[in-house]
Amino acid sequence: MTPPESTPPSGRARRRGSVDELYAEARKGSRLALGRLLTLVERGGDAADSISELAHTDAGQAHIVGITGAPGAGKSTLTGQLVARYVEAGRRPAVLAVDPSSPLTGGAILGDRIRMDDVVVPGEERSVAFIRSMATRGHSGGLALAVPLAARLFDAVGYDPVIIETVGVGQVEVDVVGAADTAVVVATPGMGDAVQANKAGLLEVADIFVVNKADRPGANDVRRDLDLMLDLSHVTGQEDTNYRPPILMSSALEGAGADEVVKAIDDHLAYLGTNDRRLVRRRHRVRTEVRARIEQALSLRIEAEMDSNAGTEAVAKAEAAELSPTAASTLILDRLLGRT
Amino acid sequence: MSNAGQDAPLRVVLAKLGLDGHDRGLKVVARILRDAGMEVIYLGLRQTAASIVEAAEQEDADAIGLSMHNAGHLTLAPTMVQALRDADLHTPVIVGGIVPDVDVDELLEAGVAAVLGPGASAAEVAQTVRDAAAVGS
Amino acid sequence: MAANDRTDSSSEAHAAYRAAYEKASLRDVPFETMSGVPVDPVYGEAPYPGQYPYTRGVYPSMYRSRLWTMRMFAGFGTATDTNTRFKEILRNGGTGLSTAFDMPTLMGRDSNSHWALGEVGRAGVAVDTLADMEDLFADIDLSGVSTSMTINGPAAIVMAMYIAVAEKNGVARKDLAGTIQNDIFKEYQAQKEYIYPPRPSVRIVTDMLRFTSAEMPRWHPVSISGYHIREAGSTAAQELAFTLANGFAYVEAAVAAGIDVDEFAGRLSFFFNSHSDFFEEIGKFRAARRIWARWMKERYGATSERSMLCRFHTQTAGVSLTAQQPENNIARVAIQALAGALGGTQSLHTDSFDEALALPSEKAARIALRTQQVVAHETGVANVADPLGGSHYVEWMTDEMERQAEAIFTHLEELGSGSILEGVYMGIENGYFVGEIADAAYRFEREVNDGRRIIVGVNEFTDGNEDDNSELLRIGHEVEELQLKRLAEVKQRRDDEAVARALAEVTAAAASPETNMMPPILDAVGTYATLEEVVMAMESVFGTYVEKAII
Repeated sequence: MTPPESTPPSGRARRRGSVDELYAEARKGSRLALGRLLTLVERGGDAADSISELAHTDAGQAHIVGITGAPGAGKSTLTGQLVARYVEAGRRPAVLAVDPSSPLTGGAILGDRIRMDDVVVPGEERSVAFIRSMATRGHSGGLALAVPLAARLFDAVGYDPVIIETVGVGQVEVDVVGAADTAVVVATPGMGDAVQANKAGLLEVADIFVVNKADRPGANDVRRDLDLMLDLSHVTGQEDTNYRPPILMSSALEGAGADEVVKAIDDHLAYLGTNDRRLVRRRHRVRTEVRARIEQALSLRIEAEMDSNAGTEAVAKAEAAELSPTAASTLILDRLLGRT
Repeated sequence: MSNAGQDAPLRVVLAKLGLDGHDRGLKVVARILRDAGMEVIYLGLRQTAASIVEAAEQEDADAIGLSMHNAGHLTLAPTMVQALRDADLHTPVIVGGIVPDVDVDELLEAGVAAVLGPGASAAEVAQTVRDAAAVGS
Repeated sequence: MAANDRTDSSSEAHAAYRAAYEKASLRDVPFETMSGVPVDPVYGEAPYPGQYPYTRGVYPSMYRSRLWTMRMFAGFGTATDTNTRFKEILRNGGTGLSTAFDMPTLMGRDSNSHWALGEVGRAGVAVDTLADMEDLFADIDLSGVSTSMTINGPAAIVMAMYIAVAEKNGVARKDLAGTIQNDIFKEYQAQKEYIYPPRPSVRIVTDMLRFTSAEMPRWHPVSISGYHIREAGSTAAQELAFTLANGFAYVEAAVAAGIDVDEFAGRLSFFFNSHSDFFEEIGKFRAARRIWARWMKERYGATSERSMLCRFHTQTAGVSLTAQQPENNIARVAIQALAGALGGTQSLHTDSFDEALALPSEKAARIALRTQQVVAHETGVANVADPLGGSHYVEWMTDEMERQAEAIFTHLEELGSGSILEGVYMGIENGYFVGEIADAAYRFEREVNDGRRIIVGVNEFTDGNEDDNSELLRIGHEVEELQLKRLAEVKQRRDDEAVARALAEVTAAAASPETNMMPPILDAVGTYATLEEVVMAMESVFGTYVEKAII
């Protein structure tokens, strides 16, 4: 829900080029252009569709890494350490950090942005990394479209790896991470994290587990719990029964274990390279996105149909108990599917 | 698909520029703007002009809010505005904190979009950001 | 003392009180009302002032012996400017010097650091090297003054510089009296002037406790400060609880480092805020004394009375000052100062009415001092210790403050599996303190915004807000230029090899947890190594602290 006062004034005109121009500039390395394109991606609609068309041709190179875990698990600190290591290794990482919007106001505080001076090669003026914060903006349907498209855009303009960081609480967030090439699930001691991960469905999507704050009491319990659940579960590591996700111990605050996480992510990519596994993963990702797009489009149509005269009337009749909810929905559905 | 996005929230970068650690006001402002439906990219303490420019660029911010409590505003705020212009960014900069009335004109002349004094109400804070974002960029 | 039916004068406690009171030397003023009615030094029930758990005051005679110290915190410009001010204070009979440092110094940065741009000499004096400290205290006999230094992150280095200046002038370190704030916990919780992560920072604090215990018997090595916690927006009970918990944490850290509790606890002191809710503040001060005494005795096994005394400095609430109709702040400060006096403070700083706008002007600073002089000399509050003790409301408020504080201690103990020290570390790491403070600050702002809480001149009674307030103190850029020149000169004439050797020793000591940091830091500042150089020599081992933003 977005209150009316959050609507920006219509005169919010920035100096911006066409999508084509911006895309060309972003491909040449303009962060300014990339930043603006990401805003358009986030808003969805026609401009986002055009970006999707453009990026589609150029993408396909980057390693997409998802990182998720409960709030306070130390995801962003870990992400920062991974980015620092990628930068040091001469790569060009991008991060998309997704945080929830307030359901009441539609606003959000995105307070986990990695400090750029922590991810710069010593001696260089600025970091090659690109960090973008994204709020869920209430309706998760939008997120399911915006995140894969933003990742594709990063990929298309030359970033690799592309890290998607989400709070692993909602289904969409889990899906988004699960659709990455490599899904990393971060757990911490003392929060019943192993059990929570199981409940949230993270166990099924995880390719790598990281037990963060490993210096805390209880870290080994989390590790043992995860191990046990992996033993019991037959559907782990993205339905690949031959794969058992490694469980790594780290202490993001001290930076311990980050090298191991980087290596495990690389190893997983290499593993995906065997037997077309990466292709399978990508097919899955495409399928997920296509479905999300259809759902999004349909849900817009549903809203429109319900707001139409016939729709309003059917709902009103149902409310007055003149029609059953089933009959009312059939009536609207028929119109929606052109069955009338 | 219809052209969505007309009602996208404003994106505002909030930061403390320099060494000063008084962040009570900035945190309150962060919540005020969130409650007014904006997306706040909260950079927190000890930011430099360069780090704020990078964030504004990557986050495609509609406005930047700086909080200052150490009498350094006449040096730091113009430095910030210049750094943005050097990066070809025209993001409006709003300065809050302890700024004596007599300094307001000098800050506005240096390119600061607005100055929020202590005691500004939540509605004033949100409206100032909205107005600055509408004029700027 | 005349017997009266409001005092239980027959009890043993009263006899003991009486004996202690008789021993105290008293000020030569009439202890009677303005109309000439003689009054007793205390009324009501035991335990009396000076008796465990000291709810009613740390000394039997309280302000009858000595008024609170009117300590005004000041300093700006170059070291030489502040030195002139110091000498003026001493000429006027003052014995306490209070030093404010500029922001780069507080953060361990030299004046030529890019971080220092626009900040040099602005909110306090700039100290880059021992040479600045020599200028700051030039021609002052450091054996005859008490110096308070408000600095935390680089406290060890600044204290070392002070010792070095004294010894150069033939004053032994054992004869130095003063206080260094050095309260690093509240930096992570509220003021945010930290350098290293919490654990290495606390190691430096315990090194200083050990060093001063052995070599500087007149020195207060930590002033545990709730002031900044309150300024950051906490409630009164949070200020009380977080501050005392930090105190307990230092005690636990020092005891864990093998120092006997009675060796250092008597030299710990406190620093509280006095805000506008009069009775809540008084309850807070009384509860602070009671809680500290009980925990020190019962939990930490202190046996010396001094270890149980919560002696504190108070400053009126800067955060309560409004930029609108700033003259109204004089009234706020007067009420807050009165609360401090009725709460039994040992020293008091009153804020200047124009501080919501800029650094205090001379006139505003004078009015602030005059305000507490009025409270001390004209209101009669100094005649009777704990004059509000026994009031149903004040006693209830004291209990309530204590209850809220104990609930917070319980939470911290749980966080730390039985240890307050570990609980404080955990609370810093998981954002408990900053989160609680931010919540309280936001709640207050909302209430003001919604008009449920009236702040005069801000959301009500706003006629007169248009008045001109342009008479403010301005500091020019000359200070910065002078300081940069000074720093370059010092670096020019020092022995760079000696500096490098000394800094290497500092780094080596940092890497060896058993070594006390103080001796190598003393050696380093003696070579005119800069503040930032010494900070960096430790940083290479300790790392830096970056706060996770919690809103």
